[in-house]
Amino acid sequence: MASAEEWMQIRPQGLYCVPADSYIDPHEPVHRAIITHGHADHARPGHGQVIATEETQAIMQVRYAGDAPERILLGYGQNHAVTPTVNLWFAPAGHVLGSAQAVLEYNNHRIVISGDYKRHPDPTCKPFEVVQCDTFITEATFALPVFSHPKLEDEMAKVLRSLEVFPERTHLIGVYALGKCQRVMKTLRQAGYEKPFYLHGALISLTELYEGCGYDFGEWIPASDLKGKAREEMRGKVVLAPPSTLADRWSRTLPDMLPIMASGWMQIRARARQRRAEMALIVSDHADWQDLITTVEETQAKEVWITHGRTDALEYELKRRGIKAKALDLIGREEEVE
Amino acid sequence: MEEFSRLLDELYFTNSTLAKEKILANYLMSTPDPDRGWALAAIAGTLSFDLFKRNLSKSLIIERMDPELFQLSYDYVGELSETIALAWQQSENPVLMSRLPSLSEIIVEFQSRGKEGIRQYLVQLLDNMTPPQRWALLKLGTRGLRIGMSARSVKRTLANMKSVDLEVIEELWHGIEPPYEDLFAWIEGRADIPDISNSIRYLPVMLAHPIDEEKDLERITPATHMAEWKWDGIRVQISSNLDETKIFSRTGDDISGSFPDLVEAVDFQAVVDGELLIKTQEGIGSFNDLQQRLNKKKPSAKLIKERPAHFRGYDILSKDGENLRSLPLDERRLALQRLYENLNQDRFSISKQLEFKDVDDLKQMREEADKSNGLLEGLMIKYRQSTYVSGRPKHAWYKWKCDPYLLDAVLMYAQRGHGKRSSYYSDYTFGLWNDAGELLPIGKAYFGFTDEELKQIDNWIRKNKLKRFGPVQEVKKELVFEVAFDSAHESTRHKSGYALRFPRIHRIRWDKPAGEANVIEDLAKLVQ
Repeated sequence: MASAEEWMQIRPQGLYCVPADSYIDPHEPVHRAIITHGHADHARPGHGQVIATEETQAIMQVRYAGDAPERILLGYGQNHAVTPTVNLWFAPAGHVLGSAQAVLEYNNHRIVISGDYKRHPDPTCKPFEVVQCDTFITEATFALPVFSHPKLEDEMAKVLRSLEVFPERTHLIGVYALGKCQRVMKTLRQAGYEKPFYLHGALISLTELYEGCGYDFGEWIPASDLKGKAREEMRGKVVLAPPSTLADRWSRTLPDMLPIMASGWMQIRARARQRRAEMALIVSDHADWQDLITTVEETQAKEVWITHGRTDALEYELKRRGIKAKALDLIGREEEVE
Repeated sequence: MEEFSRLLDELYFTNSTLAKEKILANYLMSTPDPDRGWALAAIAGTLSFDLFKRNLSKSLIIERMDPELFQLSYDYVGELSETIALAWQQSENPVLMSRLPSLSEIIVEFQSRGKEGIRQYLVQLLDNMTPPQRWALLKLGTRGLRIGMSARSVKRTLANMKSVDLEVIEELWHGIEPPYEDLFAWIEGRADIPDISNSIRYLPVMLAHPIDEEKDLERITPATHMAEWKWDGIRVQISSNLDETKIFSRTGDDISGSFPDLVEAVDFQAVVDGELLIKTQEGIGSFNDLQQRLNKKKPSAKLIKERPAHFRGYDILSKDGENLRSLPLDERRLALQRLYENLNQDRFSISKQLEFKDVDDLKQMREEADKSNGLLEGLMIKYRQSTYVSGRPKHAWYKWKCDPYLLDAVLMYAQRGHGKRSSYYSDYTFGLWNDAGELLPIGKAYFGFTDEELKQIDNWIRKNKLKRFGPVQEVKKELVFEVAFDSAHESTRHKSGYALRFPRIHRIRWDKPAGEANVIEDLAKLVQ
């Protein structure tokens, strides 16, 4: 049985699997890339061959139209011999639509590369599945004991309460275009929000992609369809837009706008204030501290590599628990995108 | 406690002062006594005791958490109470509460307990709370609430609730105590205004109008007006009944704690109005010297020795319990002089009246002040018959400030503003050239321009961005501001070695090439 060090390497382009001659989520163009999910800091354009789930491939097509290399579409659980000696399959990561853990099997050794993942429920993607392995390569975005993500329903209840108290205000929620936007819409619907959503242009194509995959968000209207006086109808309703618009000129055209930010970072007050949010919704697409530790233990991995985030805290805690752990500190992962 | 925690969260996340006041007013109207009074005290910063020591909460978290992980968490969050609130782990056998106690129950319970009891109670509360509630408790307990609401704003909220002038609340404020049940009874019309005749209190101050050189100068004669220097310190009111002495700022904040040396020197029963300055054997210190002592809640003995506080009086509002405010200024000045006959001259001096024959003399004196490099801000001219009225009565007191200094500086960095300016770049850092042709920052200004100009500058900045450092946006070094300021002094805070007093944007020099802006040497000449 080979140890992970012998067949996995950290190269300038990113994590590299030697016998598969493949990079996993490389941040520079490579000849063959295994992509765990569609967020821009994991899925970059310009690769030769891309191996990913069908949904991730579709997301990359939306993002990088015309970037048409050789594409291999792999369903969850489906085996693919990347090279004669390496078997690859994907397991759901529960992060966003199409997100996967890459499972690599070589010489009786199994490595699971989690990509980004979460354990909290999400009605817009398949839930995380634990895959037992020899080596588990994990993220650590929220790897500090201060991060304990609350129930999503409680966060959405804040919005509904505010809509009742401030029916004259346009509730603008800052969300990332892939995953967060759709998850917030879906959970708001489940919580009982029945009015239309208004979407910033940057969120529309991916929302349509979700709809094409069978997810229903009820009525939504492109915000740009409403000009001048017509914008008055947004009062007392939910508008979704990229986080940067909260403090930018775009949001100034909304009537009596209430800026709300939805992100895992909102647990830290100062972070929420920096975003100029007047309401902070703790909505994370990543595992929190307890879930990171639980997941590592459930995989029964003998060795854990930590790719990005608060790597030092997780490494310290795993070692304390007698698990062999090391931080890779991969570059090119963006703190803000989650 | 749930309501209090929710209130703090709402206030914390709300940007506009007006909206904060509305939120606070709603809470005060819908919450019973004595909870609302304690909440008010916590927010206004008038609680006079800690419920527990900051160290206690720290030692509790260290006991139940790996110290290394605590340190990593603390470094990341950057704030102790919030770190504890978020990272708290429920005890193994927690004492569960069927409901959280009310704010007043919590305060009473803490005060009735000894050291070990306080510890147990704090653990029990933290075990039963959500992270935002824990944060509220930890902030309340150690009097560390900073939710961006000034004491003045709190008082304005109360004034609006009762539909009275702000001055009425300001006068009351230092005579009443938490949990303010008498105050709320009066606000709700169930009782008379609280009686504060025996307490040390702040009397709202009288303010001056800027002089209108065209219209006002002709009114002024030595027979009708007196003139004195306008000192560059801070306006304070000393109020003492012999047992107790307080120093209030112009807005009625109690700043006695920062100036124990001056408080100790007071041995009269009076309320006097004047300028707080620093005075050593070398004379009056600069505003910069004074700034070292402002906002220091507990100044060190060394600091007090190096920068002793001094009170330069110019008015007296009451003496031995007798109200003097309705007397004309001339008579008040006589009363002030009588009071001063017995005072320690190191600590107390009178702002002396300046002799003048006519307005030309005054003009000349104002030019003298101009050359004092900021020690004197200009002249005060006061109507001799004026009674002491709070606020800004017309034609009673004038201030005639020196012309500001002007320099052409180059915009270097910009930051987005707050409130109605949020999302506009409205805070500007500007600099002057050194010999090597580098720009060195000399100051920061965020007013002096119109809304229209703000939009133009904002637009320019968006088109001329360079690097970004967190909230700070670097821009191309191409836009020149004519910057006005009252004085300049040496400072270690800026790379240039100088700091400006009261800088503002005087004009935007769209026409001027950046290379023609002023050099550091020009500023150095002003300081000498």
